[in-house]
Amino acid sequence: MTLYFTKEHEWLAVEGDIATVGVTDYAQAQLGDVVFVEVPAVGKVVAKGKEAAVVESVKAASDVYSPVSGTVTEANPALEADPALVNSAPEGEGWFFKLTLSDASELDGLMDADAYKAWVATL
Amino acid sequence: MRESPDRLLPLDALHRRLGARMVLFAGYQMPIQYDGIIAEHLWTRAHAGLFDVSHMGQLLVPTAEAALLETLLPGDIIGLGVGVLRYSLLLNAAGGILDDLMVTRRAGDLYLVVNGAVKDADVAVLRDAGVTVDRRDDWALLALQGPTAVTVLEALVPGVAALRFMRAAGFAWQGHDLWISRSGYTGEDGFEISVPAAAADALATALLADAEVKPIGLGARDSLRLEAGLPLYGHDLDPATTPVMAGLAFAISKRRKLERGFPGAERVMDELFNGAARRRVGLAVAGKLPAREGAAVFVGDTAVGVVTSGGFAPSLEAPIAMAYVDTAHAADGTALTIEVRGRRLDATVVPMPFKPKNYVREGAVA
Repeated sequence: MTLYFTKEHEWLAVEGDIATVGVTDYAQAQLGDVVFVEVPAVGKVVAKGKEAAVVESVKAASDVYSPVSGTVTEANPALEADPALVNSAPEGEGWFFKLTLSDASELDGLMDADAYKAWVATL
Repeated sequence: MRESPDRLLPLDALHRRLGARMVLFAGYQMPIQYDGIIAEHLWTRAHAGLFDVSHMGQLLVPTAEAALLETLLPGDIIGLGVGVLRYSLLLNAAGGILDDLMVTRRAGDLYLVVNGAVKDADVAVLRDAGVTVDRRDDWALLALQGPTAVTVLEALVPGVAALRFMRAAGFAWQGHDLWISRSGYTGEDGFEISVPAAAADALATALLADAEVKPIGLGARDSLRLEAGLPLYGHDLDPATTPVMAGLAFAISKRRKLERGFPGAERVMDELFNGAARRRVGLAVAGKLPAREGAAVFVGDTAVGVVTSGGFAPSLEAPIAMAYVDTAHAADGTALTIEVRGRRLDATVVPMPFKPKNYVREGAVA
């Protein structure tokens, strides 16, 4: 499994041609208390950099973009009952959705954990 | 008038010491949250929350100008007793709301608290009408809100517990003058404390030393006032809104209804007797998805209104909203839908406040 990160604060864990997508710990801290997550439907085709999910905090709604293009294979059912998983386990149980990569070369432009950490330190 | 570009408030250093996340609000750097909005909201409902509301405008007007002030707003200012607060509305010539504010008659003057985002405009309106306005920009304003606020503040400032809701008086703390009112905008019992800027950090620090008190940011202030059914200027109130549309007709004092003489009186009184086209209502929203400001409200396929404030109510663990809807659909119990990102959420018109208020009123048994 390889971990990738985006400047929009999504992470993605890739195993074979399946990627699991979530938001980073930095992102959840910025969002504040998450009260609702709208995940994409299974079978939905998402495009790199386009809206794929919506996170509602107490204060506001925020779009989550797909870091890569692909077809959604699974949405995290645990988020419906407990949206606060995004706050408590953003890079674990609070994952958003899984997708089948349609273009693995899109991964080349993403950051690894060290690069993301260094980038967050500049914010 | 002080117009520095960065506009830091007296408690800026304190907020940063406390680890607040700061945002630009009403032209100032303000704390949006410390521990998190839900935790801060629930703390305020159960204990005491300390809010910095120094961005709001504190203005002094000579008592002799009470009659002049009455030409701009519909409250009975002339008849206000010393130490009594009155919620009022600054109106334009069409009866539209330019701001909502508190007016207190003190022994030697009238003390006004106005919204931060429009305070410069308010001062201009007042001065254009010939009102003498002294801006208290060198005073901070703290709000201590919640069921234990009274015991916390009484320990520091003996005597405040004797104040009842919508009453105010002068006090002293460590040689500094304070002006304290039993009021707030959270639906809880509590106080608003006007303190000289130079003493604000020390007073806030002394209040925070009590284990009952935590600092609360603007995020929870917004969710608290929404649960309390209190409108927010710039969102639920604006110059296109009249007191009757906003459900704030109680701010038109009895004598003023008879005498009129406030801006837009003809229209406002017509709406009072015959009804306004639209009304502010509270909506209970089904499910978990919050409906935000700007969301359209429907009956069937017909758009009948718009959400002006909406979010998740931490005390109720459910989404709630305020909306303006056509009066025909404004009765309690009316079933409506709200469109959020292409889906329709079921909503019901419910009485406000969403969460019962906890004020300590005159004559109430403490």
